[in-house]
This record gives sequence, C-alpha cells and structure tokens, in this order.
Amino acid sequence: MSGPAPWRLSAREVAAAVRDGSLSPGDAADAGFAGPGARFEGEVHALLASDASARKAAAARVPRDGVLAGVPVLLKDNLCTVDHPTTCGSRILEGWRSPYDATVVRRLREAGAVVVGKGNMDEFAMGSSTEWSAFGPTRNPYDPSRVPGGSSGGPAAAVAYGLVPVALGSDTGGSVRQPAAFCGVYGLKPTYGRLSRYGLVAFGSSLDQVGVFARHVGDVAEVYRAVAGSDPFDASMLEGPAPDVSGWAAGVRGLRFGWPANLWREGVDGAIVAALERAASWLERAGATRVPFEFLPGAFAVAAYYLLATAEASSNLARFDGVRYGLRMRSDELATLYTRTRGAGFGPEVRRRILLGTYALSAGYHDAFYLKAQRARTRIAHEYAAAFARCDWMLMPVTPSLPFRLGEKTADPLAMYLSDVFTIGANLAGIPGLSVPMGLEASGLPVSVQLVGPADAEPVLLRAARALEAEGDERNIPPGHEKEFAWPGKR
Amino acid sequence: MAWEAVIGLECHVQLRTRTKMFCGCPVAYGSEPNTNVCPVCLGLPGALPRTNAAALAFALRLGVALGCTIRAESVFARKNYFYPDMPKNYQITQYERTLCEGGALPLAREGGGRAIALTRIHCEEDAGKSFHPERQGDRRWSRVDLNRAGVPLLELVTEPVLRSPAECAAFLTELRRLVRWLGVSDGDMEKGQLRCDANVSLRPTGSTTLGTKTELKNLNSIKGVERGVAAEIARQTALLDAGERVRQATLLYDADHERLAVMRMKEHAHDYRYFPDPDLPVLRVSEAQRAEATAASPELPWAREARYRDALELPAYDAAVLTESRDLGDYYEACVPPGEPKLASNWVMTEVMRVLKTRDWSVAEWAARVPAPRLRELLARVAARELPGPVAKQVFAWFLEQDGSVAELLERHGVRVAGGDEELLPIVRAVLDENPGPVAQVLAGRDATFGFLVGQAMKKSGGQAVPQVLQRLLREELAARTPRP
Repeated sequence: MSGPAPWRLSAREVAAAVRDGSLSPGDAADAGFAGPGARFEGEVHALLASDASARKAAAARVPRDGVLAGVPVLLKDNLCTVDHPTTCGSRILEGWRSPYDATVVRRLREAGAVVVGKGNMDEFAMGSSTEWSAFGPTRNPYDPSRVPGGSSGGPAAAVAYGLVPVALGSDTGGSVRQPAAFCGVYGLKPTYGRLSRYGLVAFGSSLDQVGVFARHVGDVAEVYRAVAGSDPFDASMLEGPAPDVSGWAAGVRGLRFGWPANLWREGVDGAIVAALERAASWLERAGATRVPFEFLPGAFAVAAYYLLATAEASSNLARFDGVRYGLRMRSDELATLYTRTRGAGFGPEVRRRILLGTYALSAGYHDAFYLKAQRARTRIAHEYAAAFARCDWMLMPVTPSLPFRLGEKTADPLAMYLSDVFTIGANLAGIPGLSVPMGLEASGLPVSVQLVGPADAEPVLLRAARALEAEGDERNIPPGHEKEFAWPGKR
Repeated sequence: MAWEAVIGLECHVQLRTRTKMFCGCPVAYGSEPNTNVCPVCLGLPGALPRTNAAALAFALRLGVALGCTIRAESVFARKNYFYPDMPKNYQITQYERTLCEGGALPLAREGGGRAIALTRIHCEEDAGKSFHPERQGDRRWSRVDLNRAGVPLLELVTEPVLRSPAECAAFLTELRRLVRWLGVSDGDMEKGQLRCDANVSLRPTGSTTLGTKTELKNLNSIKGVERGVAAEIARQTALLDAGERVRQATLLYDADHERLAVMRMKEHAHDYRYFPDPDLPVLRVSEAQRAEATAASPELPWAREARYRDALELPAYDAAVLTESRDLGDYYEACVPPGEPKLASNWVMTEVMRVLKTRDWSVAEWAARVPAPRLRELLARVAARELPGPVAKQVFAWFLEQDGSVAELLERHGVRVAGGDEELLPIVRAVLDENPGPVAQVLAGRDATFGFLVGQAMKKSGGQAVPQVLQRLLREELAARTPRP
C-alpha cells in the first residue's frame, strides 16, 4: 500500500485498512517490530514477552469487520492473557500463564485487536519509573538515560516509539497518566467502575483502573469504546452503560475549565507551567472559558493514598505464597515455605509496601491509619465534587517534573511517592484523568498536561484533548526537536 | 465452691445452594479433588468475587425465622491469615456490619424451653480441605482439595447464655431441625454441613461476671459437642477447685478417645487485620426483600410442634416426632381424617416411619409411592369402623406394591368386609340365641364372658367383622334382652 508505513498509522487507520483488505492483520501486527521496534526495543526494553507465533495465531483469527480489526496492542503485564505469560514484573510470577483472559483483553480480541506482547512495569504496579521491574528497567525513548515513568512504563514507551498504536495499562495512583506524560502520548485513567478489573492483577482494588495509551485522541476513544462497560465478573463496577465517547471531536465551545493555578505556584517545572499556559490559551481559542479558583484537594492526599493502596495491596498480594502457582522455595515446613518464597519472589519496593499496608491494618493502628485515611479519601472526593460544580473539567499538571534520570529516586521512596501528588486525587475520588502531550520542551523531553473531570466525564475530557491535539498539530513541536520515530505525525 | 458453666456456641451452616458463594462452581460432594474449581475460587491472580444471590436469600430466610434484625446495608470484609487451603490467604466474611443481628432460637420443651439469644448471623465463604501429612517414599506430602473452597457458609453466634452440655445439644438439634425445615442446609454434621465451636467458662454459681474462657474446636457431632463441653467443664472445675486458674486457650476435642488437647494458647492470637473487601459492594437488603422473606417464611417447627400439642391435642412426644422434618409434618397433616389427629399420628409414627427406616426412604420417596390422600382414605375407613385392624394393615402393605384405592385393593384381593349393621345384626342375634348360658352369665354381671360372645360372633362373620362394631351391636342386643326391673 502507498502512504505512511503501517507502524505510523493510527489504530483507526489500521482497522480501516484491514477492513478494506489493503492491509493484512499479520502485517499490521508485525509492523511495529519490523519498523522502529527493531531499532529501539533493544535500548528501551518496553517488552517483557512477545511471542511471534502467538501473534501470528491471533492475527489469523481476527474478525475482519471489528472496530479494531488487526490493530496491534501491547498489554501491561498485569493483565491476564492466555497466550502470553503474566508476570506483573515479578519473580514470584515468572513464567506464570493465566488460564483465562482479562475481560478487557477478551473485549479487545472480540473487536479484532491483536495482542502482540506484554509490556514492562514496576513490580505489581508499585512504582513511578518502571525501575522496580524484576526483569530490568524500561528507558525513555526520548532519552535512554531517563525513566519512561511508571508503573506502566513499558506500554507507554512502546506506544511512543511506534511498536503499537495503542496499549492498555493500569492506573492506581497515576500509573497510566504519568508514564504517558513522560513518553509524550495520551494516557486515560477512566472513571472507577467503567472498565472491568476482572483479570487485572490487583494492587489497590478500590483505586485500580485499566487505562488506555494512544498517540491520537480518536484512538483513545475507539479503544475506550471497545473495552468499557459493565461486566458480571466485576461486582465493583458502576451500574448502567459507560458514557458515549463517540463525540470526542465535537469541540469545547461553551465549556468551562477550572484553572487551579495555586497548585503549580511552586515546586513545578517551568516547562510544565508554560505548557499549562499554552494549553489554557488554546482551549480559550477553541471557545472554552477559563475559571480560575483555588483548589486544595486535601493536604494529606499522598499520605491517605499510600496508606489505603498499601493496606489493600498487603491483602491482595497474600495469595502469592508458593503453594498453588508461581515461584516456590521448597521447605519441609509451611511457614518457611511462605517466608522463603515471598522473600525471594518479591522485590524491595513490593516488600516495603506490604509491610506498610500490614502495619496500617494492624490491631491498634487500624483506626489511626486505615480509618483516618478512609475519612481523608471521602473528604478529597467531596472537594473534587465541589470544584466540578464550577467547571466541566480542571487543567492541572500530571507531574511536578519532567522525566527524571534512572536511579535518581530509587534510593528515596518518599520522593518517588511525592511525585504522584497530581495524579492520586483522581484515583481517590474515582474520577477520570487524561494525560495530554503538549510537545517537546527545549531539551527534547515530552511535556504534558492533565485534564481531570467528574465521574463519567470521559466524553468531555476527550473533546478537550482533541481541541488541544488539533492546535498541537500546527504548533506544539518545537523545531529541531521532533523525533520522527515517536511523534504522532501531523494527521 | 459450686461453679456455673457459661457457654456460647459458634455454628457454621453450609448452605445447600447450587453454586458457590462468590463464583459459579457447583457445590457438590464426592467429586474428584480440585474439579469444582475456577479462577475465582482458586484465588488466581486477577480473579474477582461476585455474590451468590441464592445464598443471601437463604441467609435472609434463616434470619427472619430467628427473628433477627436484618441490616439494610451490611459489609463483606476480608479476614487475613495464611493457610494453604485458603487460596487467597484471606477469607471473605462479615465483621463489623453483619447481615443479621440479635434474634433467638427457642428450644423445645425437652430442651428446657428457653429461647437462646443470638449475637449475629453472617455470610462467608468456606475454605478447602487439607490432608496432611502423608508419606510417599521418604517424603512427606500435604494435599489440598479446593472443591469446598468458596462454598457458602452462615456463621451463627450465640450470646454466652447456654448453661449445660445438654442445653448445647438441644440447641444444635433445634438448629439442625430449623435449617433443614427452611431448606437452607442439609445440616449433616458428619459431612461438615453443620459445624460447631464452643466457648466455655466457669464462674461461681450466682455470680454475674464472666470467667476466663477457652475455645473448643472440632466438635463434629451433637454427641461430640455434649461430651466435649462436659469434658471441658470437668477440666476447668478441677483446675478451679485446686485453686489454679484457667488460661485462655483453643482446645481440640478428640471424639474417638473422648479427650481434649490444647491446640494453641491465646498468647499467639491472630491479628486478622479485617477491612471491608473493596471487590464487593455494600450488601443492600431492600424493604421489599425483607418483606418478601418474612411473607415467605413458613410455619416454623416449634410453632407447628406447639400447634400439634395444643390444637390437635397430640402427646408431646408425637408432636416432636412429627415435626422432625417439614416433609413429615406436611405429610402427616395431609393424611389426618376429620377429627382423628391421634389415629393418623399413630399410623404415621409406626407404620409409615417403619417403612422409611427399613427401606431408608425419605418422606418424599414415600409420598411418591403413597400420596397422603391415599393413606387418608384408609385412615378414614378405619376411623369409621369400616375396616378391622388386620385388614387395614394388609391394605397398607398393598399400598407399597400396588396402585388402586382401598375399595379396589379389597376387591382385587377378594377381601370382603362385613361392615354394616344390617349385615352383622343377624349374626349377633344368632350368637345370642345359640348361647343362652353365657348370655345369662353376662346379664348376671359376669363381664368376662362378654369376650366369649364377641369371639363367637367374629367366628361366625368369617373374621370379616370390625370388632368395635360387633361389640356395640352385642351390647345393644344384650341391653334389649335385659329383664326390666
């Protein structure tokens, strides 16, 4: 076929080409591996597993009329798949193969998508840099000395460098939005309860939500449409149908966006502040109104988040004990089998969080930590709700800083935790957040902004993101810094 | 010093739902190990629980029957501890806000007639079964069967108000009858469908404070509960009498050797780190659901037992036996001829129950063979003095093997029943005419000779007369021949 190489196509373009017969699903699935993948994967290490024969078999079964027919997708390695191992980036699940597909994976396949492999991640999604993967870190495709963000660093980097047009990750405290920001792609954390968690290996069950990576807003919408909606296998989902995102290109005329500038008055990188100003002016130009206000979503959000997420994790991760599956360190004695298996199977960050969470739930501390954090969570949700009485969405940073260097924060867990300050609110409140790339700053690193809306505001967030994307197509790549391998292209 | 026992029971009732508490796997016995399993009950990574509505309906049924307060919103919680037969290493249960609170189980008259107050009833999932250790060559293996993992359980906790081993046994017997009556459980203790732990402490008689308690586990029969609690009361009494103190502990009762073994002292108590299960929404019971459960609640066994005693005027023993199961009670009621509850009771308790026992039949199996209207017809004719006892028993025996009404069976087997007065009066008169001597003796007041006359009349009828009818006719005829003063 003529035109751009298949790996450069959007998911919607791939599906259209497969549907009209001009591109075979097999060629579509292989495209990223033959294109930039061959050059970048060795350095970036976005993949934990990619089975060419599984890919070929999946491509052969693609329903040609599917909305995602032939679209190659990469899945974060905590989404269960029958045709690739599911390790969660952990030694304790090394080589484990799920007997079932996660609901979102099943829906992708039914829509015609081809799973091309599993993406690297911080072990059990605990981390903000993908440095805590037991199988080696992923690097930022824009600067291999820097992290791609985390915990869904592998999928974010793979979408950025062109292995796949779209990928799924999971977001418990920013694990989709932050790596999306660091890698310069779109990253949606949907409303809690709109995407099934069945088959997503749990970290913090009340916070976890499957999220979407893509290089185009329209692709985010298409994938969201394919995977969202109630699932009888997940009792924690919201009732009723997921919101309709088909109007993602409808524009923002007449809408109001919140401008809580107090959030970035200090401690936020100047390039990010500049990107926020740029985004605001573009939105205004597109017909939206800026509503400035002070917003303090609970000074204790980070503390509350790390108590609740770790408390749930300490229980969720109890099942990895060497008895039924995964790593087993043999012993003649049960307690030793447990301690040796878990000692050898879990990395330092996972062990740290299990200890934290166990402590937070322990008799005598339960009320002071777990219960108090629950109360803080309720209050934070109310604060967000109050803010959304004044606007349709808020514009805010994704992260305080640009991508940091490998090793910069691993020695200081608290510094790593604090970098989640702008993303955890959406998880605590169960509301959607979308990371929107705003081009590359002067040193060539991606810079992004975040759109946060009330529950089920995905349609509005996508409309706002599209308004920014439309402007960005003209202006948001500084000359001389365009990475042809990674940037979406001007379509 | 005299000591008084204070006992609380914690019972687990396995529900007879078709599927497990949080997944669609079948609840079944005797399957190959680890065959009734799926990602959910195996605790595989990524699997999530979903609540079985039938289990909740059963829980409501029991809660309503026991007069519990049903919470409009209750919460599933995780109880965290490691054990190989618990796949997630936490159990989904209820902790702070449980489905049912309060309520009471009234004991039958024989059990002391007290109502035993309940603390709460809640839903939870069962664990699998461990088999260990087994030798294989020079290695020791433990095996785990997860077929039972995730089977729905109700935990029912009493207040510490039971006072004796016998009362514990009466409580369990009554609970077993109730759960079977309501159809929520088969209640078979041998199969683990009804399990019981007991908390036992002693205090000086008359005291109102509580002593140090111990927990007894592994009480897997009603006798076992009675004996285990008795043994523990004896052990604690001996300690206290010797001036020692009881220490908090968990004990196992070994039914085979009738002895107690210390499982763990309470110093190693678990911290279960309960917290609400984020995978499951708050469990809501609407007013309509509550009303429906209340409306659907059947007459309860103790109420029916009282009705049999008071309204039907059955002896207490009969009332208890006939209300052992709802099927039996229902069958009994359906075969009572007008005004003859005791006659029907006699027949059900002797004839019917003998067949159930010898053939190992359920009431349903019996009723399929002999529907209640069939037995009622027979009993009505017995009540109307239309059938002699031996003939009625014969008809009953034919019921088991053959179809047909009472009349048809008699006809088929050529049995004639001389029932009516017109038929028997000539026989009676002939007997009196033929036996002037004995007649004179009876008329002179020698009643023993009356039996001779009955025998003669029966003989003359070819054994087909109903004795009561013959007796009545003889008395009437004799009265007519009595010389008037």
